[in-house]
Amino acid sequence: MAELLKIRSEAEEFLKEYFLRNSQAEENRQKENQAATRIQSWFRACKVRAYLSHLHKKAIIIQKIWRGFTARARFRQMVKAAYFIMKMNFYEEMAVRIQRRWRGFFVRRYIHNFYARKSYLEGLSRKNELVRRELDEFEELQKRERDCLEMIKEQTAKVYQAHRLHHLLSTKQCPGVFNSPFRPFPHETELLLRQVKYQAPTRLAPRGRACLLGVPDSTAPSFPGSLRSPQIKTTRICCSSRPVLPPIASKKQQCRKSPFLSFVLTPTTPLSFPGVITI
Amino acid sequence: MSQRQIIQVFEQYQKSRMQFVQTVADLAARPQNTEILQNAGVMSLLRPLMLDVVPSIQQTAALALGRLADHSDNLAEAVVREDILPQLVHSLASQNRFYKKAAAFVLRAVAKHSPELSQAVVACGGVDALVLCLEEFDPGVKEAAAWALGFIARHNASLSQSIVDAGAIPLLVLCLQEPEMALKRIAASTLSDICKHTPELAQTVVDTGAIAHLAQMILNPDAKLKRQVFSALSQISKHSVSLAEMVIEAEIFPAAVACLRDPDEYVRKNVTTLMREVVKHTPELSQVIVNCGGLAAVIDYLGDCHGNLRLPGIMMLGYVAAHSENLAMAVILSKGVPQLALCLSEESEHHIKAATAWSIGQIGHHTPEHAKAVATANLLPKLLQLYMDASSSEDLQVKSKKALKSILQKCTYLPGLEPLLYDAPSKILKHVVCQFSKVLPHDSKARRLFVTSGGLKKVQEIEAEPGTPLQEYINAINSCFPEEIVRYCSPGYSELLLERLETYQPA
Repeated sequence: MAELLKIRSEAEEFLKEYFLRNSQAEENRQKENQAATRIQSWFRACKVRAYLSHLHKKAIIIQKIWRGFTARARFRQMVKAAYFIMKMNFYEEMAVRIQRRWRGFFVRRYIHNFYARKSYLEGLSRKNELVRRELDEFEELQKRERDCLEMIKEQTAKVYQAHRLHHLLSTKQCPGVFNSPFRPFPHETELLLRQVKYQAPTRLAPRGRACLLGVPDSTAPSFPGSLRSPQIKTTRICCSSRPVLPPIASKKQQCRKSPFLSFVLTPTTPLSFPGVITI
Repeated sequence: MSQRQIIQVFEQYQKSRMQFVQTVADLAARPQNTEILQNAGVMSLLRPLMLDVVPSIQQTAALALGRLADHSDNLAEAVVREDILPQLVHSLASQNRFYKKAAAFVLRAVAKHSPELSQAVVACGGVDALVLCLEEFDPGVKEAAAWALGFIARHNASLSQSIVDAGAIPLLVLCLQEPEMALKRIAASTLSDICKHTPELAQTVVDTGAIAHLAQMILNPDAKLKRQVFSALSQISKHSVSLAEMVIEAEIFPAAVACLRDPDEYVRKNVTTLMREVVKHTPELSQVIVNCGGLAAVIDYLGDCHGNLRLPGIMMLGYVAAHSENLAMAVILSKGVPQLALCLSEESEHHIKAATAWSIGQIGHHTPEHAKAVATANLLPKLLQLYMDASSSEDLQVKSKKALKSILQKCTYLPGLEPLLYDAPSKILKHVVCQFSKVLPHDSKARRLFVTSGGLKKVQEIEAEPGTPLQEYINAINSCFPEEIVRYCSPGYSELLLERLETYQPA
């Protein structure tokens, strides 16, 4: 029985102890709970951190390897490009040198050819000289022709005058005007008078007063090399209707001495005058 | 009265009419009588005589009327006012050739005075009637009709257009081929008058093949014909490049150069005008003419003639030189610059001098070689003098200034530039000094010459505001010389030295 009492008192103490411990535990429960939570959270955090850092490290490794790879690839590309550019620059510079030489040559040979220009200018000077000389000769020739024509005209005028002045010829008895006895030798007109054979004057068709031919001043009729009586200005108003023919000469008019005069003296029929006005 | 006596009365009247008309025609041939005749009322008397029964009286009356209208434009206006023109035009179609000639003469005499009178002739159908006359056989009629058309066409483009529209041009080209010299002349002159107004008219004439016929007549001995032919060709070629090329393709050029020694001065002038009109368009055309020796011929021509005749030659040289420096060098080598210098000094008219100044400017402005050629002929002081002369016309001043400036900008021939240092106004002086500042740094002989000839002294005397280009050039020149020399040449140096002398105390 003592044991029972002991046990019962132990039981009571036990209950008291139990209750004390429970109440203590109850008091400490929150603290301990909080502490446990903290420890657990911290531990979990450590776990997570370790995991994260592990992940980070691995990620870093992957990224590092990848970046190195791409960078090397890019670098290789850059090197290729730089090499290419260097080659192109070189080619271009060589091309520039070639083109420079070529263009210099081309321009100097074909476009601004100094020697061609020089020879052109020399040729031009020679051509100018030639042209000047030829023009001078041409002018000279023309002048001579004109002088010749003038002379012929003059001579025919003189011969014509000689024909008209036949009456001034000197006879055996009576010296003429141009053959004065005080002269050492006869005048040239006298000689001409002696050469020219007398020709009876021919009557021409009289021209109308208001001549309607070349009314607005056209060319003067050209002076033919042959003899012709002048335009006898008629004062008659009414014009006859047909031209009058010259008398038929029995002998040909030929000069004995000068061939020049024979050229001048070949007979011609007087021209028919157009523009005859009929009423 | 018997029949014979009655008829005699009529014959007497006819004789007296004939005598009146012929006397009036003879009197009308002199210009002094025109006014007296007009006051005596000749128009109202001649008008009914133009409708006379007898053809010769009609013709003589028309001739008298034509002569009167020729001399005085009052009478020409009276002819238009009194409606004589429609009657003339009508009779142009029907009558015989003498009447046609006289009627065409009247139309010409009326049309020549003014564009309004020509318009009146055109308005009453004169052009069509004249074109019909161009188809006649008689060369005198054709000549009179062509002459009248020429006078109508001379005034302005619309009248020429009305002539072209009437189909006159193929007929005129046919007239060119006729043997009569007078007809050829008149046809060429009419074509020239038609072509001169606008490019379209010229093109119409060219399309009928006129150029070939004109080209064949260049070496004809008749001087007046040649005048008209060259005038026609120059009027055609002046309008455009293609027309000028067509004229050149007719291969007139080496042959036409020979006509520059023709005794007739107007032939020479017209050839030069043709060359000028061709040359002004493109360098290739100028090259053609230069290559056949045209430059030498024109320069000799300039030496022979005087006054206004020189103008086309001078302008031709200017146009040739303007195209390229090659051609300008060709002008210089053909001894053009001394000739132009002669022209500049001999001529007194301002427009000729202006043209000469322009030509010289065109020659000299290309390269230093060209400018040197101009400067050695002593032309720069002359141009300066023309510019400075107060009595020069404005055009002359402007042209000589431009020429001077353009030559100065290329001139490196210092002895030619020195005279200009002394007289030139500041605008020109700027260019002169600029040229000195370009040449002096590189040429030691030139520097020496510059100092010894007094140029440096003159440059020191020039006053210029600092900051202007002139001052910069002066500074550039001064920097070519050692300081002592610059100080020595500066104005007032002797006074400065004397002052120093005053203040100097011998030790």
